[in-house]
Amino acid sequence: MSALSFTTSPRRRRTDAVMRGVLLAATLVALVPLVLVIYMLISKGIGAWSWSFFTTDPTGSFLGDPGGIKSAIVGTVAMVLLATVIAVPVGVGVALYLTEFGGGSWFSKAVRYFVDVLTGVPSIVFGLFIYITLVIGHGGFAGWKGSIALALLMLPVVTRSAEVVLLLVPNGLREAALALGAPRWRVVARVVLPTALPGLVTGVLLALARAAGETAPLLFTAVAANATTLNFGGRMNSLPLQIFNDVQQAQDRLVQRAWGAALTLVVMILLTTLIARLASRRSTT
Amino acid sequence: MQREPDRGLTHVEAGTLTPGGGRSSLERSSLRRLPDRLLKWGLTALAAAILALIVYFFVRLADESSAAFSRFGVFGFTFDDNWDVSKNIYGALPLLVGTLITSVIALVIGVPIAVATALYLNELCPRRARGVLTTLVELLAAVPSVVYGLWGVFFLIPRLKPVEQWLSDTFSFLPFVGGPVAGPSYFIAGLILAIMILPIVSAISREVIATVPVEQKEAALALGATRWEMIRIAILPHARAGITGAAMLGLGRAIGETIAVTLVIGNAPTIGKQLFDQGYSLAAVIANEFGEAAATPIHRSALIAAGLVLFVLTLLINGGARAFVIRGERRRGQA
Amino acid sequence: MDLSSTEDRSGKRAATQIPAAPAAAGSSPLAAAAGAAARTSSHEVTTPAPQVNVEGLRSWYGEQQAVRGVDLRFAANAVTAIIGPSGCGKSTLLRCINRMHEEIPGARAEGRVTLDGLDVYAKESDVVAVRRAIGMVFQKPNPFPTMSIFDNVAAGLKLTGTRGVDLRDRVEQALRGAGLWEEVKDRLGRQGIGLSGGQQQRLCIARAIAVEPRVVLMDEPCSALDPIATLRIEELIGELRANYTIVIVTHNMQQAARVADTTAFMLAGELIEHTATEQLFTNPADERTEQYVTGKFG
Repeated sequence: MSALSFTTSPRRRRTDAVMRGVLLAATLVALVPLVLVIYMLISKGIGAWSWSFFTTDPTGSFLGDPGGIKSAIVGTVAMVLLATVIAVPVGVGVALYLTEFGGGSWFSKAVRYFVDVLTGVPSIVFGLFIYITLVIGHGGFAGWKGSIALALLMLPVVTRSAEVVLLLVPNGLREAALALGAPRWRVVARVVLPTALPGLVTGVLLALARAAGETAPLLFTAVAANATTLNFGGRMNSLPLQIFNDVQQAQDRLVQRAWGAALTLVVMILLTTLIARLASRRSTT
Repeated sequence: MQREPDRGLTHVEAGTLTPGGGRSSLERSSLRRLPDRLLKWGLTALAAAILALIVYFFVRLADESSAAFSRFGVFGFTFDDNWDVSKNIYGALPLLVGTLITSVIALVIGVPIAVATALYLNELCPRRARGVLTTLVELLAAVPSVVYGLWGVFFLIPRLKPVEQWLSDTFSFLPFVGGPVAGPSYFIAGLILAIMILPIVSAISREVIATVPVEQKEAALALGATRWEMIRIAILPHARAGITGAAMLGLGRAIGETIAVTLVIGNAPTIGKQLFDQGYSLAAVIANEFGEAAATPIHRSALIAAGLVLFVLTLLINGGARAFVIRGERRRGQA
Repeated sequence: MDLSSTEDRSGKRAATQIPAAPAAAGSSPLAAAAGAAARTSSHEVTTPAPQVNVEGLRSWYGEQQAVRGVDLRFAANAVTAIIGPSGCGKSTLLRCINRMHEEIPGARAEGRVTLDGLDVYAKESDVVAVRRAIGMVFQKPNPFPTMSIFDNVAAGLKLTGTRGVDLRDRVEQALRGAGLWEEVKDRLGRQGIGLSGGQQQRLCIARAIAVEPRVVLMDEPCSALDPIATLRIEELIGELRANYTIVIVTHNMQQAARVADTTAFMLAGELIEHTATEQLFTNPADERTEQYVTGKFG
């Protein structure tokens, strides 16, 4: 036995230092793509931005002026909002079923499992499904069909986040309301939902941000269009699809528009995410 | 007090609760009970509708793809190396291989970095930097797939081509490496997928790591372990199942990812000879060919069949991932 | 207010001394109740409250039996305390009175609970109406965090859909009844969770009595409070007796001795003894009661 000392063997200290360095380096490596993507977006995208970029529609011309992205912005906002209007009541409703009524029954377990299954379904498969059920033989492409595809994508995200938030509502509050002789629906409407509201908003906004960036579900549901429209019955343009189509043309002016549109899309998504974070911060105070 | 007479509580005010005048005070008219029942059954119906939707989902995909499966056989469709649109022959092996290769590349590159990031953020990072770094890693998930694709086409492919060529030449002794390098390739697609799965794998790993009991970590430290030894002794064994689950969820994401891969994989329906060759994936073929396929029923059916194969693959992988994550949580429950 | 409460408390002591002869469980509470009634009749306003009878009550959580056949009578306009070591089933018994046990997954109960003869578990009895008639105050103060003080007190009326009631008037009454009016009347619009723990619990009591129940159940209402706030609640319980039948579950024997007309002692899901409070603490009939009240176990 050696005498008492407070030194660790050099080999162990070296391993510790090396591994700490490796973990730090990995974290920095993980951030390299973020920095590069943001750098490219700003350096290439800002150049495309102009007043007319946001206020004109794509012309559809391959040779002359390609036009702006107005219809894409309007289409994305419109379709994502409609998708939210569809997905939120259903998603929150299912979450309410799971937390307030389901208990631990086999049925609620099955529902939870299948909601998880939906989370893993690739977004393009949702697009396929809507194409099969709503597009083919049912009047062709339309904005609302794109919205439903996006809603399917949002549904499991909204449901799971809502379930988590509803479970955080202290049981004591439910019991207090029930003990006052309140019927269950009023307990849900006046106590449970208001208490969970900030968290619900966060979950919805995060799901919305995810849907806004999705291209695949729109490819053969809403497709693309040049003109700005709020007519959900017809084709609708969207930012992701505009970018996708422009990239594939490999033509400088179109590619520049793609960068400008990409920057616009990312800024919109980041703003939504930021608001979502602020909402959740409010809920923790 | 003014109460509706049908509540029957008016006579309570007189001081008795004995039933009189028909309804006792502990009863409630069925009309008043109705909203509760409506809510309960309405929500139950909604939940049931979700189940029905998924079943319908599966049935319709299977139904629409049956033409392709009956023409080429389930096995033939899935494992034949021949995808030729002009001849209307559809064997999806090149797509399946492309999907699997790119996903494996994504895991090999993405998971170690994601887990290392999670360990650093949870165990080593100075408190002040932790919030910022965590947010930045999460921001990787906020970038849409199509933007990663755009970036891949105009940044990653041209900048990495010399590096890929050097790798291809230097490591040509390895299987599936060597020879001329294509611009778009399995490798580029895998690299972009690695970036895209990194935030989710890292986030779930951090959750799992956070469930390691403080007592276990302190026990290791009190034995005289260094930080790294503590991570190795106390954290990694405890979090192994959960991290495996996180990696599998990442795999599920990678397999289904469409747009970014479509833009950088090259879209060649053949099995590439090496990592830096062009290829195709199940999701990308659907995205690319579906527009033209509407006219040819068998082509459309083949693409829907590709979607079904994709769907089943992700189901299996996510099911497995869930089992691992649940096992991780069980362990937390015991701790 | 202070004056009246001291009257009340001294009155209660006198009342509990009335039943002279040691009586078997079940008969003395009636005597005590009679005493209580006699006392409260001297009080300004007395609203007769119902008598609550529990007969053959048994309750389970899944496979585990928590209450093993209890018969208890809670006298009208009296405070009955239930004491016993943790896990003896006293809280479960309390929850079975207004069917709050049904909110716990896997919990069930058998037996009869009646309010002046009305069966709480009868087929025609609706759980919502039952709880409206039997209010409850919980261990931890649980004001609704999204609501103001005013809305918290009015919550019961709004949640039960009561219309045609002057909310302001009822809220003031309830807050006065809970002894909180003077402290909060200038800030009724503030959040209820901004109050101190003791104030929050009195807010919860105000919320419970605002719907004018006939019975108030209290599940260790002071266990999360400091001694001064506890004293305040105990005084309040004494005042509430004039209008309500009160059942309080407590692990604090001194509290039972201070507030209750009669006290029931439970052990391992069974009722051991129920008698006038003074009697139970000074001269219990059962050996196990004596061991418990003298601190030999629990």
